[in-house]
Amino acid sequence: MYNTGKVMFFIIVLIIFFTIPVWLNWGRLEAVPQPELPKEEKKCIESKEYMRAYHMKLLDDWRKKAIRENQRIYEASDNEKYTISLQRTCMKCHNNKEKFCDRCHNFVITHPDCWGCHIAPEVAQKWQ
Amino acid sequence: MAIKRRSFLKLTGLTLLGSTLSTIIGNLLTRGEVKAKGYTQSPEALVGKRWVMVIDVKKCKEGRSTCGAKCIEACHTLHNVPLISDIKKEIKWIWEDTFEHAFPEQTEKYLEELFHGTPFLLLCNHCDNPPCVRVCPTKATFKNEEGIVMMDFHRCIGCRFCMAACPFGARSFNWFDPRPYIKKVNPEYPTRMKGVVEKCLFCYERLAQGKLPVCVEACPEKALIFGDLADENSEVNKILRERVALRRKAELGTKPSVFYLMS
Repeated sequence: MYNTGKVMFFIIVLIIFFTIPVWLNWGRLEAVPQPELPKEEKKCIESKEYMRAYHMKLLDDWRKKAIRENQRIYEASDNEKYTISLQRTCMKCHNNKEKFCDRCHNFVITHPDCWGCHIAPEVAQKWQ
Repeated sequence: MAIKRRSFLKLTGLTLLGSTLSTIIGNLLTRGEVKAKGYTQSPEALVGKRWVMVIDVKKCKEGRSTCGAKCIEACHTLHNVPLISDIKKEIKWIWEDTFEHAFPEQTEKYLEELFHGTPFLLLCNHCDNPPCVRVCPTKATFKNEEGIVMMDFHRCIGCRFCMAACPFGARSFNWFDPRPYIKKVNPEYPTRMKGVVEKCLFCYERLAQGKLPVCVEACPEKALIFGDLADENSEVNKILRERVALRRKAELGTKPSVFYLMS
């Protein structure tokens, strides 16, 4: 390669330039979303870590089981039983979509289209 | 710079190996994501093999002047069905029509005169051999094990093949967001969105809670009877054995599950 020294130097400069945000914010965690958890309930249907990582898979599973296979009761890993329903089960505790769902979803720029059909509790309240 | 045959083959091999490994690792990482002990049917659910509805036309006619079509109102309020006045874009799950429109194949002049002015309640027939299910490209509509022609609104892509296939006009399409046309919302049930087909679902969500369909419950004349045709001793079976009942467009062979008692 011709001009190896110069080329390598500029490659390194470029890498540093494009990763400036990482270096400037190193070790700082400021924009971490803070979803508001329900105050009355202490326990979700599964562990916090599981729900955080897999709630979308769980909801997808729920839909298939309830609509396609007519299985409408979910038996959690601690043997507790729950009715499969987003509006009648999940949103009864997590009763504010904006303060719970949206905070993380906006942070990771994901826009699930659940609420095109399902009615968020705060929307229902305004509607009446 | 031309690539040598040998290095090309090496690269191909590496790519294959890489993609296989990433799939395996991905599978290992997401293992155990479905945590449920199990899924069961709700204990209070009404269970049937073939749900059918029998509509007593005479009772319906007698009560019609006083009941104010409570069945339609109850259904449409419960399921957040929008009220759209444009007839080409309206949404309906259960509605009323004349004898000529409900039974166009019955050309008997005296029958037409006999049933002149009689209201016929029309809804999805939940056919045993449903043409809408056959044409659905995404399996958004399907026949469930209880005989209900179900809709999975999540999967509907709005192609409207099912609307073309349905000989009863039981399906409606959402040409625009229906929410502004819903006056009073039921927060327990979802609405639909633009670009989705909808229809009566025989109140599958109520059956799971052990309740009869809402139209059956709302009728003050008890003109709607709901039951399991597969059950020999059910009320619907008894009625259909004793009285004259017609099904809409039976000659098409779709085997509707909604019966009209004519006598």
